[in-house]
Amino acid sequence: MQRTSIAGPDYFHKVVDCQWACPAHTPVPEYIRLIADGRYSDAYMVNWKSNVFPGILGRTCDRPCEPACRRGRVEDEPVAICRLKRVAADNKDDITARLPEVAPRNGKKVALVGAGPSALTVARDLAPLGYHVVCYDADAKGGGMIRSQIPRFRLPEEVIDEEVGYITSLGIEMRLGQRIDSLKALLDEDFDAVFVGTGAPRGRDLDLPGRQEAAANIHIGIDWLSNVSFGHITAVGRRVIVLGGGNTAMDCCRTSRRLGGADVKVIVRSGFDEMKASPWEKEDAIHEDIPILNFLVPKAFTHENGKLTGVTFEKVEAQYDDKGRRRLVASGEPDQHFECDDVLVAVGQENAFPWIERDLGLDFDEWDMPKVDPVSFQSTRPGVFFGGDAAFGPKNIIWAVAQGHEAAISMDRFCQGGDVSDRPEPGVTLVSQKMGIHEWSYDNDISNDHRFRVPMREKEAALKDIRVEVEMGFDQALGFKEAQRCLNCDVQTVFAEPLCIECDACVDICPVDCITFTDNGEEEDLRARLKAPALNADQALYVSAELKTSRVMVKDEDVCLHCGLCAERCPTGAWDMQRFTLEMTHAGGTGACGR
Amino acid sequence: MTYILKPQLHHPNLKTNDLGKTRRDYEGSVSTLCAGCGHDSISAAIIQAAFELSLPPHRVAKLSGIGCSSKTPDYFLGNSHGFNTVHGRMPSVLTGANLANRDLIYLGVSGDGDSASIGFGQFAHAVRRGVNMTYIVENNGVYGLTKGQFSATSDKGSKSKKGVVNHDSAIDLVSVALQLGATFVARSFSGDKDQLVPLIKAALSHKGSAFIDCISPCIQFNNHAGSTKSFDYVREHNEAVNRLDYVVGRDPIEVDYEPGTNTLVTQHDGSVLNLHKLAAHYDPTDRIAAMTYLQQRQAAGEVVTGLLYVDPTAEDLHENLETTSTPLNSLGTADLVPGSAALARINAGLR
Repeated sequence: MQRTSIAGPDYFHKVVDCQWACPAHTPVPEYIRLIADGRYSDAYMVNWKSNVFPGILGRTCDRPCEPACRRGRVEDEPVAICRLKRVAADNKDDITARLPEVAPRNGKKVALVGAGPSALTVARDLAPLGYHVVCYDADAKGGGMIRSQIPRFRLPEEVIDEEVGYITSLGIEMRLGQRIDSLKALLDEDFDAVFVGTGAPRGRDLDLPGRQEAAANIHIGIDWLSNVSFGHITAVGRRVIVLGGGNTAMDCCRTSRRLGGADVKVIVRSGFDEMKASPWEKEDAIHEDIPILNFLVPKAFTHENGKLTGVTFEKVEAQYDDKGRRRLVASGEPDQHFECDDVLVAVGQENAFPWIERDLGLDFDEWDMPKVDPVSFQSTRPGVFFGGDAAFGPKNIIWAVAQGHEAAISMDRFCQGGDVSDRPEPGVTLVSQKMGIHEWSYDNDISNDHRFRVPMREKEAALKDIRVEVEMGFDQALGFKEAQRCLNCDVQTVFAEPLCIECDACVDICPVDCITFTDNGEEEDLRARLKAPALNADQALYVSAELKTSRVMVKDEDVCLHCGLCAERCPTGAWDMQRFTLEMTHAGGTGACGR
Repeated sequence: MTYILKPQLHHPNLKTNDLGKTRRDYEGSVSTLCAGCGHDSISAAIIQAAFELSLPPHRVAKLSGIGCSSKTPDYFLGNSHGFNTVHGRMPSVLTGANLANRDLIYLGVSGDGDSASIGFGQFAHAVRRGVNMTYIVENNGVYGLTKGQFSATSDKGSKSKKGVVNHDSAIDLVSVALQLGATFVARSFSGDKDQLVPLIKAALSHKGSAFIDCISPCIQFNNHAGSTKSFDYVREHNEAVNRLDYVVGRDPIEVDYEPGTNTLVTQHDGSVLNLHKLAAHYDPTDRIAAMTYLQQRQAAGEVVTGLLYVDPTAEDLHENLETTSTPLNSLGTADLVPGSAALARINAGLR
């Protein structure tokens, strides 16, 4: 193999699995160290800079970082990254003085349609640069789906108010309660650029027999959740059936339990394991005595005298064709009928752009979605940008934030007469962490603890009031212990060939057999010949140039604990532990919003 | 010196041996030796050998004297018996322990100071008596603990770190061991585990006194130009006479070398040593030829490594003394205290 190039931003970034997996590339190990150090405000600001909503995401994020976490590959469970973020948010001091200073107005004016996570991210990035940002939303308060769709027992309103408030305080002109009905009309105003962050606001319906007749007790999940959030709905029937297996379905069933639903079930078409909901959300629902029944396809709503009486289901089973594709086929068992008073339909969301005229030079594709450039987030009409669910369909908050950042860069370039396709590389620094002969400026003594559980409120108390938050979050002591489980993957093992005397000290000390000195070869061959065969092809091999004995050093990054023992036992300093910092480029240049 | 404990987390695919143990189960505490010390590599090789042999840790006794090398038993086989003896006296203590309990596997670890200076006589007698043991000298040719004076194994003409030339002749422990009747003699290098691990495995399974001289560069005081125990010098002058594939039991042997280039040696316990010849005509069962060859190559400035001599039919001290086959701690009072009638019989036999 060729000598590994560590010069660009990507090689070591990939080693920090959590940061690489995070759409916004939040420097996870960095803020976890700050939490362990009790520097909660600093940890919060590291988050705020990259993901904008630490308190909200610390409760609701889909956490793509956790399945990626290296800790999950050396023991059973990853670090509770998401819940540690909340520890920073819960324990920080007043951070208002740390918010970016707003530059004098630069004469440019941008419109944001929607006040959800993507649009607010754009606002956060552009307002400090001097843009006049005008943000429209049909709802009475900002936050978008964060406020309307996530139930209060998962996310208290104060947290939303606080974090939305940090952004609106940057001098955003909020036009709440004002729905945009025509993009054309908006474009006719004097905006230099327009951002569309209207989410995926339409819940899918199920057009089955009985749907019309029993309409009074059949509700679209996200609309129903929104009505609960804004206080328009305060009660539900005793027996509730939730149709659908995503996170919205989980929110619907748990909300029902708090509004008078005593017998609540979730019924899904697929198998339990293939449900779209995150495993922990399913767990939480089951914990609240909500059974999840699977392989049942709804056939009809039954009703009597215009009132819903239940739902009939066909029992199916999964069959796989030779390509491994799954098909649900009738199992031949008799249909099942479940009685209920209300049905919540949570079978997916769709985008809807009835308010965008089709003659504006803004092209739509065959699925009636706007054609959006995946890098610049610009539509086919220059100056109109999309982000969040409005751009590429339903994802989750952290994706919306990441896309908001990218769109903001494009809008800034567009307004300043630059090329939106010209994307700046992130800034990268590597700094040695060596403090003394065996002292490092990070805690390299690996904790043997298993993942700690987040304390939960007693079920009885939690179910009584929809505003009572179920999870209480880690306290400082537990937060510290969980933070210590982080392996500091951003502190990189950096190898310098000219210094190596091939004494084997690093090979002998490595607790996870990462390092091998061997003859060079093709990657596949090399992977099989290492001290511990490198079977995880997603993880890179770090290969040195040829050494004095004509062998090469090969390090498998897969399960490296970043404990630094290789560097501690290296007599010549050929190994060094260097902290990798990735400075994501935000609108206005490197780290602009931190100015 | 490293202050933190080695993390307990290990590679998820770490192999287990016949006892269900991983290699990590044969480790000891974290080394307090200087970073890069050759001795740490020898410890790692011992760990690997014990793991591959599936040795029950509680059946192993590791003994050492004083010195950097003699600290190392703390760093491997943490669940085995250990005895850190007086300087140079490890061979006697090991001999005594072996007489008392022949069932344990004895591993003596020593250094060039401990065995070639203060304990030279002890070393000689343990070897010539044929004590059933593996005796490893971690040979760095320097007194590391006292900051780098020449030891008795420093080659004549080699230079200290400060440039002083050594005028004394070196003691070659391999030649001495051969002369004294060791029945397994090998030399290796801490920087070549492929060679060292099979040699340790073979030595541990050898019945009789097995001696391994392992050159182990002292990074701090003896790894400079002018040293004959440095990584660079040993790598340049290493002449391996053979490569050993240690084979347990009587499994069919796959010979993947050309015919005629292999020597198979079957030991007492049925284990087979499969030796791949690197030096033509070298016969590791011929003691006199081995001694001659060693002297010739040494004169040419080469460091001969490999399995230099083995006597597969060796007998050990217990057989020579016709001692009881039961360890003393397993004998009952009746055997240990046979009574006055037995004493009278012995006395009568001496009259």
